[in-house]
Amino acid sequence: MDLLRFVLMRLGKGVIVLFAIAVLNFFLVRAAPGDPAQVMAGEAGAGDEVFLDQLRQQFGLDRPLYEQLWAYLSNYATLDLGFSYRQQQPVLDLILERLPATLLLTGAAFFISLVLGVVLGALAARRVGRWSDSAITTLALVFYATPLFWIALMSQIVFSLKLGWLPNVGFETVGGGYTGIDRALDIIQHLIMPALTLGLFFTAIYARMMRASMLEVAGADFVKTAYAKGLSPAVITRRHIARNAILPVVTLAGLQAGQLVGGAILTETVFAWPGIGRLMFEALAQRDYSVLLGVFFISSAMVVIFNLVTDIIYRIVDPRIGASA
Amino acid sequence: MNAFTRFASNRGAIVGLGLLLLLVAVVLLAPLLYPQSPWRMVGRPMGAPLAGSFLLGTDTLGRDVAAGIVHGARVSLLIGVVSTVVALLIGVPLGAVAGYFGGLIDDLVMRFTEFFQTIPSFALAIVVVAILQPTLLSIVLAIAIVSWPPVTRLIRGEFLSLRSREYVQAAITVGQSTPRIIFTQILPNTLAPIIVMASLMVATAILLESSLSFLGLGDPNLMTWGYMVGAGRSRIIDAWWISFFPGVAIFLTVLALNLVGEGINDALNPRLRKEDRK
Amino acid sequence: MTERVLHVEGLSLSLPNAADRRFALKDASFQIGAGETVCVVGESGSGKSMTAHAVMGLLPPAVKVAAGSIRLAGRELLGLDERDMRRLRGCDIGMIFQEPMTSLNPLMRIGDQIGEMFEAHGALHPAARNKRALELIEEVGLPDPAHIVRVYPHQLSGGQRQRVMIAMALALEPKLLIADEPTTALDVTTQAQILRLIDRLRSEHGTAVLFITHDFGVVAEIADRIVVLQNGEICETGKTGDVLRTPSHDYTKRLIAAVPSLTPPEPRRLATATPALKIDGLSKTYRSGGFFAKGREVAAVDNVSFEILPGETLGLVGESGSGKSTVGRCCLRLIEPDGGMIRLETVEIQGMTQRMLRAHRSRIQMIFQDPYASLNPRRSVGRIIAEGPVAQGVDRSTAMLQARELLDLVGLAPAAADRYPHEFSGGQRQRIGIARALALNPKVLVADEAVSALDVSVQAQILDLIREIQNRLQVAVLFITHDLRVAAQICDRIAVMQRGRIVEMAATAELFANPAHDYTQMLLAAVPGREAFAHTHETETNHVT
Repeated sequence: MDLLRFVLMRLGKGVIVLFAIAVLNFFLVRAAPGDPAQVMAGEAGAGDEVFLDQLRQQFGLDRPLYEQLWAYLSNYATLDLGFSYRQQQPVLDLILERLPATLLLTGAAFFISLVLGVVLGALAARRVGRWSDSAITTLALVFYATPLFWIALMSQIVFSLKLGWLPNVGFETVGGGYTGIDRALDIIQHLIMPALTLGLFFTAIYARMMRASMLEVAGADFVKTAYAKGLSPAVITRRHIARNAILPVVTLAGLQAGQLVGGAILTETVFAWPGIGRLMFEALAQRDYSVLLGVFFISSAMVVIFNLVTDIIYRIVDPRIGASA
Repeated sequence: MNAFTRFASNRGAIVGLGLLLLLVAVVLLAPLLYPQSPWRMVGRPMGAPLAGSFLLGTDTLGRDVAAGIVHGARVSLLIGVVSTVVALLIGVPLGAVAGYFGGLIDDLVMRFTEFFQTIPSFALAIVVVAILQPTLLSIVLAIAIVSWPPVTRLIRGEFLSLRSREYVQAAITVGQSTPRIIFTQILPNTLAPIIVMASLMVATAILLESSLSFLGLGDPNLMTWGYMVGAGRSRIIDAWWISFFPGVAIFLTVLALNLVGEGINDALNPRLRKEDRK
Repeated sequence: MTERVLHVEGLSLSLPNAADRRFALKDASFQIGAGETVCVVGESGSGKSMTAHAVMGLLPPAVKVAAGSIRLAGRELLGLDERDMRRLRGCDIGMIFQEPMTSLNPLMRIGDQIGEMFEAHGALHPAARNKRALELIEEVGLPDPAHIVRVYPHQLSGGQRQRVMIAMALALEPKLLIADEPTTALDVTTQAQILRLIDRLRSEHGTAVLFITHDFGVVAEIADRIVVLQNGEICETGKTGDVLRTPSHDYTKRLIAAVPSLTPPEPRRLATATPALKIDGLSKTYRSGGFFAKGREVAAVDNVSFEILPGETLGLVGESGSGKSTVGRCCLRLIEPDGGMIRLETVEIQGMTQRMLRAHRSRIQMIFQDPYASLNPRRSVGRIIAEGPVAQGVDRSTAMLQARELLDLVGLAPAAADRYPHEFSGGQRQRIGIARALALNPKVLVADEAVSALDVSVQAQILDLIREIQNRLQVAVLFITHDLRVAAQICDRIAVMQRGRIVEMAATAELFANPAHDYTQMLLAAVPGREAFAHTHETETNHVT
């Protein structure tokens, strides 16, 4: 009952965020140099007077600003994110077609980075000061400082072009004609490199956070109590330190969801992964602003959902939250 | 042991500082090292490193990669520092006001900040730069817009805890004015975390800038590291060096800033450092 | 002679080279027999906690055992490997800590945390463990054991959590119980209950108790024998009664003399005059919860009225959460009261804007609790003291000169003005805080737990200073404290607060002789060592100067 109320409240908050983003999009279009209709039409549509007139009509561009805003928001409310003249398709259709690939990529990267980060961070903290700790912290720092797109490019050269272990680009083998399990395996093969490169950056962040968090919790009074009980160090680390240390990492992971989506844009671009990030890159090259803003809106919606999920996890793990709310 | 000697005894921090000084030297000496424009074609296209007279080879149009890296350093540092300053100028006052006054003001500021934290920051930066057209100004603006929320959160937290600290309460009871309390009692005591955060923010800003220009959203008049990596991408199989060396430059710069930032942090918070060494 | 439960002999603990002394503990020897309670007493930094941790084998990595032996029922503990030591912890030695609020794992149910005790030592079947946990909870006097095993720590109060800690420590019937300042973080009535509980369990189970404390009141209440520690060395041991009555070592004498007596001194005569501070109908309610959640209301201050004459000290006593600190802060409008009158001599300040109030700030000043948090670490002592006068329009050089005079007044060298707070000890910092408050020549001083964070010997000096300044400047003092001993010595009148209300207000001697309200009687009865320290007033005046 409590949880349901909480979820509804957070959903309400999410809707407000999306509403604010729609407003932001509206003003961004107006902030651009030139006629809003031309911005919305994109480079390809800007020459077509009939299309421009149609846009002016639809968004009431000759009427006062607040009426224009209302028209714009009404369109967003019905999930009408505009029309791509270049692709001759509604923006929403374009995005929905690409969304599953992005969800697969970000989901996999999120999972990999969280699991790997927590395990490595905990390991480093347990062996603090020794060489394995130094190795993990150094690696984390290196991956944290390396540009994502560059790692993606380099791993492409090494693992696919030189070693030939993994496919170079794409979502699946074109013309492979695989079905069922074979297709799934084929996709997984293609997924490994993008998911790992995207995940490694976040692995680095979570590992650092987990290590710091473990060290902090290790100094807590209740850990002293655990030692006084005569528990073994392994039990103390697992049951008392790690469980408490993981909480701030989960919170951070929720906050980082937005960055994960941003990272997906770069990864998809390099690996020609047919997701919304790649779509954004294509729209960028074609100056197709409606698509650009549409992807921005939908990726924000993804972040809102990611945040909601981590918040629910947090609430389930930490008994203190339920009582205070 | 004071903060300075603690910093000096941190090997990583010293390495980072050395790298940074080297970078600054490169920026200052750029007009002497490579007086010509980095856009100029000076040699055979796709010349390998060390083959011929080019240390790091040439790119697809016969431009000197080393010259590009040297000139790109200036852009990276400039954008990193300026956008961090702008982000601080937005974030510090907002956080200070929210933390000091609390109540409704705090609520409003924090809702606003949370909103900007929820937005996928890189996507927002792309949209802003793309719509305003890529120029130095729009890039700095976009990076600042996505970087200020953590500053606000940090400063708010500091102000919130310092405000209830007894010496601030004492300043209120002796009748000091609010601006005086903020500037003489609270702000000086938040400097340490601000400095640490700023050095890490410069690093993140450089990463962001390089990502933007990798996607083709750099200022078209400026040679940048991200642009170079992106431009070499199509010929990565036969001329890996075009993309490789600019990436190394980004990596070293970001690494150096992180090492220095962590070094300052450890130097200013010795307690944590001791726990680290346990 | 039969072997004692704990036998510590010639124990020395060495500190790392950077520390201010070489040994945390030097050549310490003492014994505890079955069913006996030995108190290790000392001020902060005396090495008393280290002693406890050494016995437990849980010293911080930087502290090493340099020499000596620790025997538990005849078995040498030093030199045991980690596995054997682990078998001893919890099983043969139980331990409870100072901070009940943070000593339990916030993510585990109470039942599971107690159950861990059996699990760690392979005792009992899982089913039997639960049953035993219920018995233990019952035994330490917690209500509704079936409910308690299922709750998380945050659902319990500090006193209840400490009972859980005790239940856990005694789960396997250890031979020795180590209690490291177990009641310091608790209110006085809760403290009395916990002390009684520990004592009852000791006598029922014949446990040996090693009790670490800084509080001679607690010592008088619970100890059979005392070990007094000074800078890591034992300066005196003996039976509790003997040591308290006839201490032989100078340091012990000084410590005991510094414990304020519960018998108030002769009442002072005060000239009738306009009250320096008059509070009428003061109230403050806190509302929790946000926009959506239904908020809870807590009346922190509920219709409080009192007045203080020039030169008079009114004590405001009560337990944590009684609202006494809120009252103090409301008087200065550091917290905005919801209603009521605050009059300073003839000026009513309750309705003023903060800007208007600033001109009247000099009339009422405050001395804070925490000597470490009350001085800005980045400003010199002189500037800290001069800040007030400068804000009130005095020119800077005059204010700095005045700051030097004030430092002299509070017993510090005028040259201290150029130094920074971290160069001073806690007691010295508290003197600086007093100088700051006096710089504006106030008519009223609010002292909020001004001596609570200090060691007893320093505490006595600061109390003397406050009294001396009051005699000289005829300032009215609102003295907020949880410590009835301190209140007895310094206050002319005392107001007792409970749940936001003043339940009783009377002249100090009257209040201690004939407490009218039930709650006052309960508070007085809970003061540890009230018999032992009721009549040491004369010795006190002999020694403290």
